[in-house]
Amino acid sequence: MKILVCISKTPDTTAKISFTQNNTKFSSDGVQWIINPYDEWYALVRAIELKEKDPSTVLHLVTVGLADTEPIIRKALAIGGDEAIRVNADSADPFYIAAQIADVARQGGYDLIFTGKETIDYNGSSIGGMVAELMDWPYIPLAVKFELNGTVATVVRETEGGEETDEATLPLLVSCQKGVAEQRIPNMKGIMSARTKPLKVVEPVAAETLTSIVSFELPPAKAGVKLIPADNPAELIRLLHEEAKVF
Amino acid sequence: MSVLIFIDHSEGQVKKVSLEALSYGAALAGQLGVSAEGILLGTVGMDLSTLGRFGAKKIHQAAQEGLNHLDAQVYAKIIADAVTATGATVVIFPNNFSGKAVAPRVAARLKAGLVSGAVALPDTANGFVVKKTVFSGKAFAHVALNTPLKVIALNPNSYPIREGEGSGSAEVVALSVTATAPKVKVVSATQATGEVPLTEAELVVSGGRGLKGPENWGIIEDLAKALGAATACSRPVADSGWRPHHEHVGQTGIAIAPNLYIAIGISGAIQHLAGVNRSKVIVVINKDPEAPFFKAADYGIVGDAFEVVPKMTEAVKKLKG
Ligand SMILES: Cc1cc2nc3c(=O)[nH]c(=O)nc-3n(C[C@H](O)[C@H](O)[C@H](O)COP(=O)(O)OP(=O)(O)OC[C@H]3O[C@@H](n4cnc5c(N)ncnc54)[C@H](O)[C@@H]3O)c2cc1C
Repeated sequence: MKILVCISKTPDTTAKISFTQNNTKFSSDGVQWIINPYDEWYALVRAIELKEKDPSTVLHLVTVGLADTEPIIRKALAIGGDEAIRVNADSADPFYIAAQIADVARQGGYDLIFTGKETIDYNGSSIGGMVAELMDWPYIPLAVKFELNGTVATVVRETEGGEETDEATLPLLVSCQKGVAEQRIPNMKGIMSARTKPLKVVEPVAAETLTSIVSFELPPAKAGVKLIPADNPAELIRLLHEEAKVF
Repeated sequence: MSVLIFIDHSEGQVKKVSLEALSYGAALAGQLGVSAEGILLGTVGMDLSTLGRFGAKKIHQAAQEGLNHLDAQVYAKIIADAVTATGATVVIFPNNFSGKAVAPRVAARLKAGLVSGAVALPDTANGFVVKKTVFSGKAFAHVALNTPLKVIALNPNSYPIREGEGSGSAEVVALSVTATAPKVKVVSATQATGEVPLTEAELVVSGGRGLKGPENWGIIEDLAKALGAATACSRPVADSGWRPHHEHVGQTGIAIAPNLYIAIGISGAIQHLAGVNRSKVIVVINKDPEAPFFKAADYGIVGDAFEVVPKMTEAVKKLKG
């Protein structure tokens, strides 16, 4: 059994979002970088749990990024996993990234691939589906529960206002969100062993870049709050009805 | 040439997000001088020709009951084939659970540039550039699609439903497909009936840790019911099991953009704001005047939720008669 977990580097959730170079580049000034929370808390931890249940499982991590993503991938290895692969490329185009991951996946002969539900920077929710299509694999997005019995996976996924229980035989690609696992804090032993785990760097395969970011924009600032006295909630309702006209 | 719009449905009903996508697609088709056509896989309990009201000229339907349940792999193949067969140059999906499952597959299959989370019509004056949310709603990016074929997934509640722009009646065309057997077997599905899905809701009442415990949610539910609103909550509330986790909004929950978001007993942490700050009007009820949420609000009351909220409910009921 071989599992591949996709890891992405994102700005910390409290990072101040601003742009430079005439609003064409994200300003990384003073920004702390973290493992994308969905990748770390759910995808990675569930894969580690599967390995704990069946120690013969081989667990690899993959990231597409330049050398500056290495601290993130080492941190992921400190939580768990046998080795990591970094595809030495930088891109914001989902197809390009998916093509790199699909190539690593093909070469590695994996049975199961996990991604997070989306990255908290580009919010594309698209890498998983694209990799699955490129490999002609089934894809179950937005999983809230994942169980494996031999080569048959039972996955509960979120749907609009409901849930669906699916069954599929490996190979399979699943995107993970809350419910799949619980966040783990790396311990000292994990941190020490992560230093010596293999981190392979591979060069990207040729792939097209189908999209490009032209510019960024911040939402307009709010005009300021209109406060209504606590003893007059009816006035608030009147304003919402007559002034804001929201109902 | 055409703009092809994916019409998502469940339990025999065309979803609201599909009407938004149709309206968006029709406007884009007008902009490009081509026709807007819908594609629906499965069967619904309505006359599809009436979707012409939203500007669609044709609706391609693969009326097989077996397709009523979405399978991303099966759907992607059928849609990609239909794109080729109809000569569509742009494909529109709603960026809901279904769109997120299928749009990336279709884009990869056709090597089409994809923008997911679109919030406005493309700028076609100079290339093809689409505005989308990034950084969990904290910013927008303008993304250029550099391919002849383009796929756009439109965020819910980002484009108004427009009726009466087209001829009014769409031609329904049978789409013949040889559907492959799905590799994913659906064992069971549950659907909260009667409730508006949070992502589609126009009005949302949301509660935080300030409500002290699940036993106090009656005041939130009463206000929501009086308004006809959906309910939501902050992350610690879902984490503590006070509310189901599908109500959790924010950076690590669902991102929503309703017309009205009422936040009750929620402090307004940056990760919470990320998921709700695209709401058109934000109301904050909090007993702490220093709560950061007030900075992001349009209207607010500094006060005790347990006293203020029941009075709001009463006022709504009175207003609605
Ligand atoms: C990586 C990361 C991701 C996160 N993602 C999310 C997310 O997606 N969504 C999310 O919500 N949070 C998220 N959080 C958590 C977030 O940082 C906050 O901790 C959380 O939003 C706080 O929830 P709260 O406002 O309900 O509770 P609190 O911060 O405890 O606020 C309770 C508020 O209630 C008020 N209050 C108390 N009593 C009353 C009363 N009687 N009447 C009126 N007001 C009262 C208080 O003044 C206070 O402002 C995330 C955190 C991290 C680190």
